[in-house]
Amino acid sequence: MGLDIRWPIGLMFTLIGLLLVAFGLTQSVVLGNNINLIWGIVLLVFGALMLLGAIKGSKKNPP
Amino acid sequence: MEPIHLHKIDYTILLAYVAFVIGIGWMLARYMKTSADFLTSARSIPTWVTGLAFISANLGALELVGMAASGAKYGIATAHFYWVGAIPAMIFLAVFMMPFYYGSKARSVPEYLKMRFDERVRALNSVAFAVMTIFASGISMNALAKLLNQLLGWDYNIALFVCSGVVLLYVLKGGLTSAIYTEVLQFFMIVLGFAPVVYLGMKDVGGWGAMNHQLQAVAVNPSVLNLKDAGITYAPNAWTSAWTPVLAGPAHNPMGVDWFAMIFGLGFVLSFGYWCTNFLVVQRAMAAKNMTAARNTPLVAAVPKMFFPFLVIVPGMIAVALTAMPDKNYRIPPPILSEAAYAKAVDAVKSASPADSVAAVKAVGDALGKKVAPDKIASLVAANAASKLSDTQIKQGLYNSIAENYYDGVILSLVKKYCPPGLMGLALTALLASFMSGMAGNVTAFNTVFTYDLYQAYFAKGKSDHHYFLAGKAVTVAGIILSIGAAYFASMYDNAMDIIQLVFGFVNAPLFATFLLGMFWKRTTGTGAFLGLFGGIGGSAIFHALTIAGSNAPGVKGGYIKVVETFPSEMAQNFWLAAFAFIVCFVLTVVISLATKSQKTDAELKGLVYSLTPKIVDNNIPIYQKPAVVGMALLIVCVILNFIFW
Repeated sequence: MGLDIRWPIGLMFTLIGLLLVAFGLTQSVVLGNNINLIWGIVLLVFGALMLLGAIKGSKKNPP
Repeated sequence: MEPIHLHKIDYTILLAYVAFVIGIGWMLARYMKTSADFLTSARSIPTWVTGLAFISANLGALELVGMAASGAKYGIATAHFYWVGAIPAMIFLAVFMMPFYYGSKARSVPEYLKMRFDERVRALNSVAFAVMTIFASGISMNALAKLLNQLLGWDYNIALFVCSGVVLLYVLKGGLTSAIYTEVLQFFMIVLGFAPVVYLGMKDVGGWGAMNHQLQAVAVNPSVLNLKDAGITYAPNAWTSAWTPVLAGPAHNPMGVDWFAMIFGLGFVLSFGYWCTNFLVVQRAMAAKNMTAARNTPLVAAVPKMFFPFLVIVPGMIAVALTAMPDKNYRIPPPILSEAAYAKAVDAVKSASPADSVAAVKAVGDALGKKVAPDKIASLVAANAASKLSDTQIKQGLYNSIAENYYDGVILSLVKKYCPPGLMGLALTALLASFMSGMAGNVTAFNTVFTYDLYQAYFAKGKSDHHYFLAGKAVTVAGIILSIGAAYFASMYDNAMDIIQLVFGFVNAPLFATFLLGMFWKRTTGTGAFLGLFGGIGGSAIFHALTIAGSNAPGVKGGYIKVVETFPSEMAQNFWLAAFAFIVCFVLTVVISLATKSQKTDAELKGLVYSLTPKIVDNNIPIYQKPAVVGMALLIVCVILNFIFW
């Protein structure tokens, strides 16, 4: 039905990932790890993969 | 538990999530043109989306908060709800039942019952289902509003209305499709929001081996951590093995359950009854774009579901291990008490004499209204006498002295312990997402059943499709309002939750027998199914009235007519009740069906009953998409997991 759900998922996690990375770089250390930075990068990668899938999907099947 | 003060970044993450879920609803609004679009997604959704929505709709408060609580109380044996319960049932649904649900073109599970049996069975199932979904939705929202109140200090009423309002906005705009799409987003939010908490907790206890080592020490004397009454002891593997303690008997495992109740009561009756007949989850598979997608939906869902114990149960085990390690400065949270109770207890500590520790313990225990650890209270009173402690220090001492646990607080206490600003926002958003997906799932199932199976069937036959489209929207609003009412009902009475869960149990336990006979025995008649279902519900109620679990007093927990049988635990009582109700319903349905004449011809039952339906031949699809092959592979992995944690 019209909308490829990977767009909003990819955009949202990319945005949250960027927020966490920025916060981690600029209160974020737990058990010796800068957890905001580490998890922000994980979310960024996940968001980027989702967006990549959505872009590929839109080339295959234009809405 | 002190309220958490959120940082700006936490609110930003929370608002971003809310904006995206509402945005999805608005994006989908333009595709909503017919009642089928709004209520059934016009059967258009790809497998991976329906598969993730299938588990996300079930991933409400019970799973995130309740499974962590059970992980602390019972250990890895809680995984039986997945590896004995959910996974085999989901495979059975995919391979054997979806062809009938999807192939019959029924728009809902009650409509399938009408096609297979008659109007009476549909009416009974749809009314019971509509009432139960509203209460389930209300219970979930009550729990969320309470949580936000205790955790963030938000006003209960505002939290309830804001969260319900967000769900209403996106469901009203995009209907079932919107709920399914946001459930996929919520699934990823929940997994990615809680995974770091599990990682940090596991790192803190020193890894899996170190956690097991702590749990083995706890199992020998669980009363030290207030997990059991004094004097109860288990083998060291009680918290770390899934099967050995259960096979040893109810006295040897913290669940108090025997192997038959576990396999037949939970694994067969309750799990198959929920996963194979509950329209809330089956609706997601029925929205798939074709028969193969519909059959594969529960199988796609089963893959992450199989590994969910590591996300939702292990935190509870981590909490027990941390509590057993004094240097970690952590305890399973005690019951939540008012500030007034703590203030009264602080005064009791200040005025107590170290010379009379018995009187001090009694005074503090009375002030808190909870069991307290005498040695901890005595040392707190002595410490205060030696050098005046501040109120905050005394309060912390009291917090650690309460000898009772509030297991539902486990997951939040870990979030609070490990999440700095930023990650805290992500974890709280994940929690919010779980509650919202639960509510949206219930509301969309309710509006489909109410519109098609009650309104169209009995109140407004033969109207235009646009009429039912608008009715579906009106029912959505009504469903949200009724859910809010149910939330207030659950919050007003202490035992409202117990009573609601009890009625759910009575109605759900016999249901699978009706479906099993209906789908696999063509001789089953409408009268047999209807009376068998009633008999099963009555059997449940009688069984409950005559049995009780060990430590309970007769009343809402059972035994209110006469106590004929006492079970070691409530869980054992529930599993046996389900088994009994199933057998009563099954036998009654068979006997009455043999004594009554079927109103349906073989031609009418084609596509509804196994023996009369041409088998689906999966020659034209790749092997990795064949439900029987995928189902067998999943079953093998599930068996391996059972052996790994034997």
